Amino acid sequence: MTDTPGFGPPAVVLRDVTKSFGEREVLSGVNLTVAEGEFVALLGASGSGKTTLLRLLLGLEEVTNGEVLVPVARTPVFQEPRLVASKKVWRNVVIGLPKERATREAAVDSLAVVGLDHHADAWPGTLSGGEAQRVALARALVRQPKLLLLDEPFAALDALTRLKMQALVAELVATYRPGVLLVTHDVEEALLLADRVFVLKEGRISLDVAVGLRRPRVVGGPAFDDLRNRLLAELGVVEPNRWQPLVEIEEPTANGAAAPN
Amino acid sequence: MAEQFTRPFGSLGSAEQQAAFGTSDGELSDGSGLISPEPVHKPTRSRQRSLGLRVVGPLAVLGVWWLLTATGVIKPFTLASPPTVWRTFWDLLLHQNLLSDIGVSLVRATVGLAIGAGTGLILGVTVGLFALGEELLDSTLQMFRTIPFPALLFLFIAWFGIGETPKVLLIALATMFPMYLNASNGVRNVDRKVVEAARSFGLKGRSLIRQVVIPLSMPSILNGLRFSVGVSIIALVFAESIASNSGIGYLLNNASAVQNIPVIVVCIILYAILGILADLFVRTLERRLMPWRRQVAVR
Ligand SMILES: Nc1ncnc2c1ncn2[C@@H]1O[C@H](COP(=O)(O)OP(=O)(O)O)[C@@H](O)[C@H]1O
Ligand SMILES: [Mg+2]
Repeated sequence: MTDTPGFGPPAVVLRDVTKSFGEREVLSGVNLTVAEGEFVALLGASGSGKTTLLRLLLGLEEVTNGEVLVPVARTPVFQEPRLVASKKVWRNVVIGLPKERATREAAVDSLAVVGLDHHADAWPGTLSGGEAQRVALARALVRQPKLLLLDEPFAALDALTRLKMQALVAELVATYRPGVLLVTHDVEEALLLADRVFVLKEGRISLDVAVGLRRPRVVGGPAFDDLRNRLLAELGVVEPNRWQPLVEIEEPTANGAAAPN
Repeated sequence: MAEQFTRPFGSLGSAEQQAAFGTSDGELSDGSGLISPEPVHKPTRSRQRSLGLRVVGPLAVLGVWWLLTATGVIKPFTLASPPTVWRTFWDLLLHQNLLSDIGVSLVRATVGLAIGAGTGLILGVTVGLFALGEELLDSTLQMFRTIPFPALLFLFIAWFGIGETPKVLLIALATMFPMYLNASNGVRNVDRKVVEAARSFGLKGRSLIRQVVIPLSMPSILNGLRFSVGVSIIALVFAESIASNSGIGYLLNNASAVQNIPVIVVCIILYAILGILADLFVRTLERRLMPWRRQVAVR
């Protein structure tokens, strides 16, 4: 896998990465690069090893075989906010930063980007799910990462909040241009946000497509649908035509009664 | 069959549905089929009223005691009456230096508790955090834990004489285990996901423990402190009544030798007050050390 044209030097390199848990090989020879400023989505069915791959990049798991290269300034956004309940919101944002950078000012600036500066002094326990996840995003941004690792960060959110968060992430990435690896099982989300989409299947990258759609993107349109169907097919979902009912609706019988319940 | 035609209510048994179709106790329908939901959280009482309700129990006990002794149902040589106890208390205070006995006891309990609970906390965090700590320490501590601590006092007296050392040591030992058990359990139950997240944001070693692990195990640690405080008073009574020439326990032991019921009752009440004060102390700590627990959203 070579550098993608139009992007910076590699921010992530995986070479022949294998990961086993005991007997079970979850990743078997994954090759993947993400360039600086490139937004890559990693698609895969549940249990395909997406989280495992991200945890390898974070250094939370050890590779069984192969090589992993990541920048020092990398930061995760997990599926859950994972805030420390005993720290006020702003302290959560700057958690773990060296003293001179862990200022309230830095935290509030970052919170302002996600629209939560007025909650700087709240306890995490008082936030709604979407707000907590935005704090998690602010906590990632304040570190000015070269690489942002997102593990289904919107999966636990309601549909409306999810749309807002996706738009926010797209905007932030366009502004700060870190390399992004977004792990998701949502094909439309991947196509809305990513420059490139990988499909992880049976422990390998089985598909690698560039998403040439113009931004800002919306769901739908011929090019979008075409890509979506390709990815869904790769993921083993057959969806011939979404506008056709999956099951034929029976004709009403002569006496007008619908089919039995 | 297409689903939307057969499942009018969406997921059956959902909370919304119970809210819409079931009425719980105390919620009255006005005939239209609509109700105003009964709030789960009853309005909170004012501090004064809450305090008032708290003293009802102790006052009732005092009242019954007074009544039974004043009417002669309980004889004076069984249990002294409240006025007698009151007089005895003042007498002890003015003529027998009760204050210094109380002071001596307080110092013993506090020092013993600080040493014991502090050690228990360190051991508990170590064992809760590190597999090596658990393997090295836990079985040993569990072994010592089952020894009834009074038995050790005699050994301590043989080693250190009857000065302050054996008493403080006994209290420290007795208070160490409740703290150890609760702290190690609390640390073990800290949300691993949060710890992992804190790690990936750069916290490690001592700052990880201080900023994340300890605060999040604070509920268990304070529970341990509660138990430790309780045990410290028991150990104090015991240590002072076996080998001592000062302290509340010494007073109690002397009174017991001559069957001086009023003094015995005064000592018991003093211990009870000590217990209440200790509880108040822990409650204050709870409010101070866990401010984030006061207002929490349910999600
Ligand atoms: N620590 C672990 N021990 C054993 N098996 C694991 C561990 N972590 C993940 N797995 C297994 O690896 C597979 C991939 O998991 P994961 O990466 O979480 O999948 P997903 O793509 O849904 O994020 C799953 O079958 C899971 O059971
Ligand atoms: Mg996952």
